[in-house]
Amino acid sequence: MKILTPKKVLTISILLSLLLILVILFSIMVGSVKVKPLRSITILLQSVLGLKGAGTETEKAIILSLRVPRALLAGLVGAGLSVSGAIFQALLRNPLADPYILGVSSGAAVGAIIAILMGLSTLSVGLPLASFIGALLTIFIVFHFGRQDGKIHPNTLLLAGVIIGSFLSALIMFFISISQKEELHTIIFWLMGDFSLSNYEAISVILPYIFLGFLILYLRARHLNLILSGEESALQMGVDVERLKLISYLLASLITSASVSVCGLIGFVGLIVPHTVRLIFGPDHRLLLPSAALIGASFLIASDTFARTLLAPTELPVGVITAAFGGPFFIYLLRTRKVVKTL
Amino acid sequence: MIDVHSISFRYQKDWVLQDISFQVGKGEFIGVIGPNGSGKTTLLKILYRLLSPQQGEVLFELAPLNRMSRMDIAKRIAVVAQETYPLFPFRVIEIVLMGRSPYLGYLMFESGRDLEIAKKAMEWTEIVNFSERPIDELSGGERKRVFIARALAQEPEVILLDEPSANLDIHHQIEFLDLILSLNRERGLTIVMATHDMNLASEFCDRLILLLEGRIYKMGAPKEVITKEIIETVYGCEVWVDQNPVSGMPRISLLRKGIHEIETVGRD
Repeated sequence: MKILTPKKVLTISILLSLLLILVILFSIMVGSVKVKPLRSITILLQSVLGLKGAGTETEKAIILSLRVPRALLAGLVGAGLSVSGAIFQALLRNPLADPYILGVSSGAAVGAIIAILMGLSTLSVGLPLASFIGALLTIFIVFHFGRQDGKIHPNTLLLAGVIIGSFLSALIMFFISISQKEELHTIIFWLMGDFSLSNYEAISVILPYIFLGFLILYLRARHLNLILSGEESALQMGVDVERLKLISYLLASLITSASVSVCGLIGFVGLIVPHTVRLIFGPDHRLLLPSAALIGASFLIASDTFARTLLAPTELPVGVITAAFGGPFFIYLLRTRKVVKTL
Repeated sequence: MIDVHSISFRYQKDWVLQDISFQVGKGEFIGVIGPNGSGKTTLLKILYRLLSPQQGEVLFELAPLNRMSRMDIAKRIAVVAQETYPLFPFRVIEIVLMGRSPYLGYLMFESGRDLEIAKKAMEWTEIVNFSERPIDELSGGERKRVFIARALAQEPEVILLDEPSANLDIHHQIEFLDLILSLNRERGLTIVMATHDMNLASEFCDRLILLLEGRIYKMGAPKEVITKEIIETVYGCEVWVDQNPVSGMPRISLLRKGIHEIETVGRD
């Protein structure tokens, strides 16, 4: 009888990490400015090893200050959105759930737009900080209204999230309607997801949220399996369901907030990556969460690489690529395998 | 084993259960019957502390259920409730292994011993053959057995069953209850079963608790509880009660309205 063992999780994680490394290497080899593929790798290697050598200053700058941080940030965000999407799908028991379902994205957008309208978008800190604050405030409000007598009812929380999200969307449209042309371009790009402002600070700021959030959620992976059969069923197995829900919702929301604050709203990743991984590896969160993180990272780095090279030197919003490539692939999976129970 | 001590429970304003007291002895097979809304499911939920009564208390082996930890309760009381399935299809073996959860605590992975216990549970319930199949591909009767196997993997002292025979044809009903009875007789498991099917309850249970509007209307052996008088009063419809010719247990036949006149006319 096949059962999930730590060895299997480890083996698959290592294989997926290798895939991720390949995708990262590919993404730093290509770009609108031509740097020879092998030289890109050499520059990266010697920088990692602290050596001096090949490459002009310009080439080094392109590889080390543009492409590498961009790939790393896209990877982190891809992992974060995929993990939080998987968590929301499990907790809300809804296959349509994604990281933005509780309105976190709209809150982040309002914060970002206010920052842009106030002229803070040129500062590297102002925009992410404002959108992070917007997202946190939204989480606070949604949880305030979504809880009844100290308990989280998934449907109440979902409704609170959707309604507060709609209200914030109205604010977004209002701000867009009063904004000037230059601001408009920045706002639209932010709303569609954009990694062009990636830097190492952004990575170091969101890394703890995503890494620690993942770690704490992963320790509860087995209990998340139980909650897929319903809250009462998890409780019958001795799980402190209310605590599990509170921790998981908050961490998934925090991971989402941190992710969107540095790159705007990238759709689709958090919806289809968890489903895709379930179709391949099954619904067990002990395998699902690490696989979703690694595949989500690879997927978003690859999408962003296409977004910046397909029509180079013009950059496409990465959301266009995630949906354009992810959608058909997902339909293919849907046609060949079963996504959710058919009872 | 279980000592229910004058409990009352309400969700909102109105009492759903009032002043309920009874005891369940070790190895007993108890049936809880009663009309819709009489509080059967609520009572079961209180027995595994999904709900806590506002008045009175439940003792489990003389210890208040309230003070036991969730994990502890899950190690001793297993529940097979009305249909719940995972949103995404797990395989049968994965579902049964979930029954080991109370023993794992915060451990992430099941041990070889857990797998052995799960396998034994699957042998008892005869589901080894489809242990690798996704749960949603099984028939209703097979699924019921999977959830019994999960309950057995918990190595409980008590199993609470909520409407176990619902949605099953007679073959699967009898097969399922025979399985429960063998667990009860051969392994000494204490069973508390809430059901609408009084004929099944009469055949299988040692004692019945008949609830009406949140109170115990009658409690005792099937022969004492299932009488024409009591059933007609509690359910407000006409029935015929005689004995199952093979087992000798009370048997209820439903009577359609006006059947007496037809009967009389026929005799004339």
